[in-house]
Amino acid sequence: MPEQEPNQRNKNFKEVALGYEENMAVEEAERCIQCKNQPCVEGCPVHVKIPEFIKLIANKDFEGAYQKIKETNNLPAICGRVCPQESQCESVCTRGKKGEPVAIGRLERFAADWHMKSNEDKIEKPVINGRKVAVIGSGPAGLSCAGDLAKMGYDTTIFEAFHTPGGVLMYGIPEFRLPKEIVQKEIDSLKKLGVKIEMNMVIGKILTIDDLFDMGYEAVFIGTGAGLPKFMNITGENLNGVYSANEFLTRINLMKAYDFPNSPTPVKVGKKVAVVGGGNVAMDAARSAKRMGAEEVYIVYRRSEEEMPARLEEIHHAKEEGIIFKLLTNPVRIIGDESGNVKGIECVNMVLGDVDESGRRKPVEEKGSEHVIDVDTVIIAIGQSPNPLITSTTEGLEKQRWGGIIVNEETLETSRRGVFAGGDAVTGAATVILAMGAGKKAAASIHKFLSEK
Amino acid sequence: MNEILEKKQLNPTVKLMVINAPLMAKKAKPGQFVIVRVDEKGERIPLTIADYDREKGTITIIFQEVGMSTKKLGTLNVDDRLHDFVGPLGKPVEFSKDTKRVLAIGGGVGVAPLYPKVKMLNEMKVSVDSIIGGRSAEYVILEDEMGKVSENLYITTDDGTKGRKGFVTDVLKELIEKGNKYDEVIAIGPLIMMKMVCNITKEYNIPTMVSMNPIMVDGTGMCGGCRVTVGGETKFACVDGPAFDGLKVDFDEAMRRQNMYKDMEKKVLENYEHECKLGGILNG
Ligand SMILES: Cc1cc2nc3c(=O)[nH]c(=O)nc-3n(C[C@H](O)[C@H](O)[C@H](O)COP(=O)(O)OP(=O)(O)OC[C@H]3O[C@@H](n4cnc5c(N)ncnc54)[C@H](O)[C@@H]3O)c2cc1C
Ligand SMILES: Cc1cc2nc3c(=O)[nH]c(=O)nc-3n(C[C@H](O)[C@H](O)[C@H](O)COP(=O)(O)OP(=O)(O)OC[C@H]3O[C@@H](n4cnc5c(N)ncnc54)[C@H](O)[C@@H]3O)c2cc1C
Ligand code: SF4
Ligand code: FES
Repeated sequence: MPEQEPNQRNKNFKEVALGYEENMAVEEAERCIQCKNQPCVEGCPVHVKIPEFIKLIANKDFEGAYQKIKETNNLPAICGRVCPQESQCESVCTRGKKGEPVAIGRLERFAADWHMKSNEDKIEKPVINGRKVAVIGSGPAGLSCAGDLAKMGYDTTIFEAFHTPGGVLMYGIPEFRLPKEIVQKEIDSLKKLGVKIEMNMVIGKILTIDDLFDMGYEAVFIGTGAGLPKFMNITGENLNGVYSANEFLTRINLMKAYDFPNSPTPVKVGKKVAVVGGGNVAMDAARSAKRMGAEEVYIVYRRSEEEMPARLEEIHHAKEEGIIFKLLTNPVRIIGDESGNVKGIECVNMVLGDVDESGRRKPVEEKGSEHVIDVDTVIIAIGQSPNPLITSTTEGLEKQRWGGIIVNEETLETSRRGVFAGGDAVTGAATVILAMGAGKKAAASIHKFLSEK
Repeated sequence: MNEILEKKQLNPTVKLMVINAPLMAKKAKPGQFVIVRVDEKGERIPLTIADYDREKGTITIIFQEVGMSTKKLGTLNVDDRLHDFVGPLGKPVEFSKDTKRVLAIGGGVGVAPLYPKVKMLNEMKVSVDSIIGGRSAEYVILEDEMGKVSENLYITTDDGTKGRKGFVTDVLKELIEKGNKYDEVIAIGPLIMMKMVCNITKEYNIPTMVSMNPIMVDGTGMCGGCRVTVGGETKFACVDGPAFDGLKVDFDEAMRRQNMYKDMEKKVLENYEHECKLGGILNG
């Protein structure tokens, strides 16, 4: 797939991957051998009818392909860009046993982009059945739940804490991986479906779930994500120049700090940056720092590259863009200068020991391997957990010890009747496709619940 | 919603605005804050809820124009609408039932967040002495309001143009030395003032509540930018506070963190003032 040159793109925020041309897409689609047993469909968390849509692309029925994907995936343009295909559909593709798997993700993206370019969405406003449902959070879980509910005729309102809808798709994943215009289009089509979006509504503060029921909402979906950043609890974490990845990315993406001073929200990037972590969030922070002008950007990760949870493509892109990987390296302390600004990060080397409960080999500290990397910014990207704002203000809403909301796996109903939940708020930090799928599933359960009520 | 119903200039740099926000007015409690954005590109500005009226459905904010965003907010007028108005955020303050007598200390615009707490104590029939201070006479705000809810009101100014010449801490020391007993001290103002107050109250072992105002982004616990160290533990001021046990707060760290963007803030302000001037010339 055509891409911007690494040395050009690491200075701009425009999309890295440019997408297939028509002929390239058709050619790639023709590589699919239409397996009877369809392993790829099993590999997809929402069972997109992969061979069927690929066949439509091969037959140049691009709109048909898009509609086929849409049957099970509400957000094809987004998932085609951000799904970890290499551990899902493409990991089990028959063609991949010998050579490259079919580029399913890229084909999905192609069909979605083709649709967006060529078709004005003719959205018909469904007939409203007059029953009100509240959706909390406008990330992929909330968006897909609200969309499906609206199509079924429910009078649906999304309550979003931020001043912009979209969740992580807007404030977390950067423009160069997921153009905000695409997310905006999805939101616009929801509005055309009649979904109301109320911004600046921090549920648990301005309204509780019980208030929502009092206001006449008959069911509630919680899709509030996993927004609480984890820190390492090491010395020096509160020095000036230490960010959580959430803060760093929010300042850049949502508050547009890349356009400083035209946009008044600042961010300090510095010349040398260390990003701690090995997931998509870490890659995004590192690549954003580079684009903001940092000369040297390090990924500091305590395991080896094999264990990195980030998408393969992002790791590959990060390396191409000049991000330096410090693997099997674990920070023990952040060092400041006399005025309290970061001047270095002390790390130790790690060796991989026995397999731990996550099924990965556990990193163990190598004695006497302390060393300091000179940096002026440290970005911590070691994970997020669900925000307790709602669970702490809703009586009878059961949660796991780590904060995840407990649901019935079949229906996604919580311990409170009429309250459903899905996405990162339930699973902890996961993926867009799982959140999208959970939103869809919850919409169906809510429909069933309200039909029987 | 979010229209400015009333605007008042309290002193050369401090303005008061009453905002139409019925839903928020129903929920607001003393100690909580809001986040304001002036326009599409605006910064998220945290401001304390200085007062609320559940019947009228209004929230009052009082802010000092210190930089670009607060200056821009100050240019809005009655009937203008705030682009975004989020809240109520943060934990409401709580007082123990055994609290009988409190000393409230406010410096500069810090008197604004102090007022709703004193008003609440007054409603709880707790006796409150208050000390409010400012650089000079014109910088002392909410004198009448504070007078109404305080048993005794002491005023200090740095230059002696009103009340006593000196700092609020001078009066604090005097009151304690004279034998006044307080169950709790509340101190809100510049970090350095809160630190000085706590240095004194620590000596006398008087529980002291302070209200922290670190740099914030979301105000809901998702960025961690607002971290403060309290008793050796990291807290997020927007969800765990903004009120904390002042005797345990690491003020030096807080002061350092507050200055993190000084140079950049200056640049934004210069840009803005330059644009305003240009605008003035063009329009003039
Ligand atoms: C930087 C980054 C990069 C990522 N990259 C990828 C990737 O490449 N591929 C992939 O599959 N996944 C990726 N992920 C993970 C993926 O984005 C999440 O799994 C997904 O967004 C979860 O969706 P959600 O709808 O559950 O929650 P979110 O997207 O987190 O949305 C939750 C929404 O709820 C709002 N909210 C929270 N609390 C409240 C409240 N009390 N009241 C009202 N609203 C509230 C939030 O403001 C937010 O808008 C990435 C995540 C991050 C942070
Ligand atoms: C919980 C809380 C309650 C507050 N209540 C009040 C109040 O009632 N009245 C009042 O006048 N001020 C209050 N503040 C401070 C107010 O938010 C800042 O003065 C304002 O954001 C400055 O923005 P600026 O662009 O005008 O100034 P800038 O030039 O950007 O900054 C001036 C100084 O303000 C502080 N500041 C800058 N950005 C932020 C930010 N995003 N969040 C917090 N502080 C920042 C920094 O210390 C900075 O050095 C409160 C702050 C917090 C966190
Ligand atoms: S597994 Fe691969 S080759 Fe087989 S149907 Fe799916 S995409 Fe086509
Ligand atoms: S302001 Fe972001 S966590 Fe407090």
